[in-house]
Amino acid sequence: MKRSLEDLQKQYSKFARPEKAQRGFGGPGGRRGGPRPKGKPKNMKATISRLMDYIAKYKYLLILVFVLILISSACQIFAASMLREVINEIVKEDKTVAERLQYLVQILTLLGGIYLVGVGSSYAYSKMMIKISQSAIEKLRNDLFAKLQTLPTKYFDSNPTGEVMSRFTNDVDNIDMMIHQTLTSAFSGIVQLIGTFILMLVTNLWLTLITVVFVPIFTLGGGLIAKKSGKYYSQQQAALGAINGYIEETVNGAKVVKVFNHEETCNEEFDLLNNDMRKKMFSAQFFGGIMGPIMHNMSQISYGITAGVGGLLCLNGFLDVGGLAVFCSLCRNFSMPINMFSQQVSTIFSALAGAERVFAVMDTDPEAPDDENAVEMENMQGHVIFDNVTFGYNEEKVVLKNISLYAKPGQKIAFVGSTGAGKTTVTNLINRFYDIREGTITIDGVDIFKIKRQALRKNIAMVLQDTHLFTGTVMENIRYGRLDATDEEVIEAAKTASAHSFIMRLSDGYNTVISGDGANLSQGQRQLLNIARAAISKAPILVLDEATSSVDTRTERHIEHGMARLMKDRTTFVIAHRLSTVRNADAILVLEDGCIIERGSHEELLEQKGRYYELYTGKKELD
Amino acid sequence: MKKWYKYIKPYLPAFILGPLCMIVEVIGEVVLPKLLGSIIDYGVSGKDAPEIVKFLYSIFGTGNGFIVAVMTGMILTAVLMMIGGVGGAWFGAKASVNFASDLRADVYKKVQQFSFANIDRFSTGSLVTRLTNDVTQMQNFINMLLRMALRSPGMLIGALIMAIVLNPTLTLILAVIMPLMIFVIFLVLRKSLPLFSSMQGKIDTLNSTIQENITNVRVVKSFVRQDFEQKKFSRDNGNLKNAGYEAMNLMIILSPAVTLFMNITTIAVYWFGGNMVIDGTMSPGDLTAFITYITQILSSLMMVTMLFMNMSRAMASAKRIGQVLDEKIDISDEFASDKDAKIEQGAIEFKNVSFRYYKTSQEKVLDSVSFTVEPETTLGIIGSTGCGKTTLVSLLPRLYDADEGKVLIDGKDVRDYSLKNLRDGVAVVLQKNVLFSGTIEDNLRWGNENATEEEIIKAAQFAQADKFVSSFPEKYQTQLDQGGTNVSGGQKQRLCIARALLKKPKILILDDSTSAVDTATEAQIRLAFETELKHSTKIIIAQRISSVMNADKIVVMDNGAVTGIGTHAELLENNKEYQEIYYSQMEKEAK
Repeated sequence: MKRSLEDLQKQYSKFARPEKAQRGFGGPGGRRGGPRPKGKPKNMKATISRLMDYIAKYKYLLILVFVLILISSACQIFAASMLREVINEIVKEDKTVAERLQYLVQILTLLGGIYLVGVGSSYAYSKMMIKISQSAIEKLRNDLFAKLQTLPTKYFDSNPTGEVMSRFTNDVDNIDMMIHQTLTSAFSGIVQLIGTFILMLVTNLWLTLITVVFVPIFTLGGGLIAKKSGKYYSQQQAALGAINGYIEETVNGAKVVKVFNHEETCNEEFDLLNNDMRKKMFSAQFFGGIMGPIMHNMSQISYGITAGVGGLLCLNGFLDVGGLAVFCSLCRNFSMPINMFSQQVSTIFSALAGAERVFAVMDTDPEAPDDENAVEMENMQGHVIFDNVTFGYNEEKVVLKNISLYAKPGQKIAFVGSTGAGKTTVTNLINRFYDIREGTITIDGVDIFKIKRQALRKNIAMVLQDTHLFTGTVMENIRYGRLDATDEEVIEAAKTASAHSFIMRLSDGYNTVISGDGANLSQGQRQLLNIARAAISKAPILVLDEATSSVDTRTERHIEHGMARLMKDRTTFVIAHRLSTVRNADAILVLEDGCIIERGSHEELLEQKGRYYELYTGKKELD
Repeated sequence: MKKWYKYIKPYLPAFILGPLCMIVEVIGEVVLPKLLGSIIDYGVSGKDAPEIVKFLYSIFGTGNGFIVAVMTGMILTAVLMMIGGVGGAWFGAKASVNFASDLRADVYKKVQQFSFANIDRFSTGSLVTRLTNDVTQMQNFINMLLRMALRSPGMLIGALIMAIVLNPTLTLILAVIMPLMIFVIFLVLRKSLPLFSSMQGKIDTLNSTIQENITNVRVVKSFVRQDFEQKKFSRDNGNLKNAGYEAMNLMIILSPAVTLFMNITTIAVYWFGGNMVIDGTMSPGDLTAFITYITQILSSLMMVTMLFMNMSRAMASAKRIGQVLDEKIDISDEFASDKDAKIEQGAIEFKNVSFRYYKTSQEKVLDSVSFTVEPETTLGIIGSTGCGKTTLVSLLPRLYDADEGKVLIDGKDVRDYSLKNLRDGVAVVLQKNVLFSGTIEDNLRWGNENATEEEIIKAAQFAQADKFVSSFPEKYQTQLDQGGTNVSGGQKQRLCIARALLKKPKILILDDSTSAVDTATEAQIRLAFETELKHSTKIIIAQRISSVMNADKIVVMDNGAVTGIGTHAELLENNKEYQEIYYSQMEKEAK
């Protein structure tokens, strides 16, 4: 069913990304982040002062940078003014040729010196600025990343990955750009503007006035075009975002598109979006494109008028020829920084808006600090007791109600229930991914709130539902469970998880590099690696959350032996969809709507003929 | 080149007029200094006037009149230049935007024609990049090219000619400076490009570290690896800083170097030109104009270098897009012998079918598979992961074509049906299923555009999806996020099944598509198949034996080959593998 353009735009508009400052050539470009809110910085002052903290370390270097900018700008202006002298002096008829030549040698030598100082200082300050910006950005990234490590799991539930990523990519990049390029060029622009203006005043008051008259016209005209082009630009970005979103979705889902013969509809919807973008992009490109020629040629007009009026002044003896030549070149220098500055204001604003978002992340509440009297729990045994635990992710909705259970070392406790019954939540409470609101959880009799969070988590090995691996070798991924494990121990763990045989079949065995999403492994193989990673840890408590859901049942049977060894002497919590996986648990808890509705061993529960029996024999009943 | 001309042709006037407009600007740019020079020379200094100036004198008078006339000329020139510039922007935008839009549409349509094998060859991620980044890259380049291609080189040549006309001897300075400057620019760029790409590599590494840490946050936390990750990040971050430092340190030489060359040129021109002025062989006005030309020449030179840089990048994009456009579609119904045929019965036969994903690979994914399925029956397929189950059923709707042997539906080779009719008759619920942005209803309608509301609800009921959909506040109008992330895995699978049911297919294939649905619900879905899809042929691929044990016929597969065919009871009797799977799932106590 073909959707209308409006519907498409609405549905895909969330893919729109705000503008990203243009990188200098050679720089990285085209990286993608998630969607993010755009706009102007709200609290500019505070943001700037926090940014300043990052470069405050280089206070003296910064002062030096500004001094160097002053010097290099002064050199440029001074050199320009000297040229006036050159032309004036060499046309003077009252001096001899030799005198004039000597003068030329002197002044050009001086000019050369000034040029060298100017170029030298501008090179020096760019170099310093790169040092400052790179170090500041490095620190900013490190701080942001460190902050990320302290954020509660909840934060990542409510903020999509792309969103968080774009803090690191777009936002930090824009700040980087601002610090190392915009800041210096804006400052030197201002210096030059003022310097040129003074020189112009000195050279000729009346001509200066003519030029000044053009300034408001410049700013007005420039502002007008900038506003128009800004409007079209954001329309273009929205259209681009929508079409990119559409492409991403339909190309990623291309197989489904084919299976449903949906190609024609996709093409038609794509054409709608594409033609809409064609229009908007044209406006944006056009208005963006005329900014340069109009501003540039306005300054040419002012240049023409200045030249003409200057000529008249010369003719009538108010100005010398050299003065006119110099003034004309000053006039050009004057319009340049104005054009440049107006462009950079937007870069600065978007960088500050980015900085604000970065700092917002830094200000997010981290996981609550450990209790003052929290203990390390050196030799944890694994007696886990839930006493009347009630929990909800938010105030309104309770996910778990009055959960009580007692698990002893060596026991295997299984949770069974339909999707959304709260099975995963139970296990996420033990290691304090989320904090409970009512009731208590104790381990070896100690309230988990009284155990240092790191110590607590060290003692609980988890195999999670989503099989996440890290870019690196197979060896490194398994060793993630215990960093000081030897190679032999890693291989031992892999054997326990029945992963050894497929690892050996990989191109480089244990040294095969796997990509982060483990794309080069099957889902089942990734699960086996996850199990091996948990197996290598010596934690007394083990949580298996759908750990073998993608492993076929024959392979699962093969691991059973290793798993039994793994679970021996540990307290194990198992969540499984497949009932065959949990059958041999010491206790099976059936969860429904956040409550334990049945508990007991497999046999006992079958005996009860309750929900578990229904689940287990569901297929039989419908025979 | 012919490939690209197709996109230029409809907008040829814009492609030609754009650069022409820019030439107006170039001419103006070159004329303006000359006009300024004439104010100084003939308006103020009263030098020996050439014929043209004398002609102007005769109209406007000498002195004031002449100056005002030239001034007006300068203003008019500037206005003309502005018009030229705006025109250039207009045509440039017109040409580049339309070029890119047409190209994007063509690439997209080409991708829509791709077979699964074509898609696999490129990977979806790279296709997306080609459609988005690469096309935009080319658009930007064309826009720049149209506006700069004639401008910078034109300016370079124009200013050079003017400079030579003005003073050929002084122009010799350029003969020394220009090659030197080009040499330095190229040297810096050549050295810095690899540095920048190494920096890009470091950025990618850092980004993937961040990405992994965000998605794996629970793993990091549960293994208490914050410090470890922080260290790793700091190291990568430090590497990036150093790489960036190195690359930029080289890059910042460029601007001072160019300035220095300009400065040297200025001094040289002033020295030699100054001498000439003193000798009286050159006028002061000419000297001023000459300096302006020299500046224009050198900055155009810089621009031309940039243009080349950008060109190499756009060329890379063009190449990547070209690969998509040139890709040979390996599945089409061009040679189908009976395009009007539709699937009526749903009888299936595999005849000695073999298949490899890559024609060069040794290992066969399917090895001489043969069996038949009667219409209106249910076939179960079971076997360990990677044994070729999915591949086997993919051959039915021609998602892939068999290398050897034949796949027949209703006694006719699948290659003889039109793709549309074939796929209309065969519905597949894929293992890796996808829902799209839009409402739930929009998504279900993929199965049948013209379905009534009742039909949609009915299909959802059969797929056991109606209950949870109705529990949403907006029911069937609930918006799904990209990839359907706001419904659970099991819910998603049920919606996908409902979508396929709406097609009312003669053949329905479920590829492990109830794995996230609990057993009770799954049983109900299967029950619905028996009633609602009574007249369809059903193929169920599953891990769970309970999913297939009621099928009329079960195919057991291992390593691409069929190792057993029969009913549950028969296989339990005589197929070792089936027994193994069975006993791995139900122990004796399960009766």
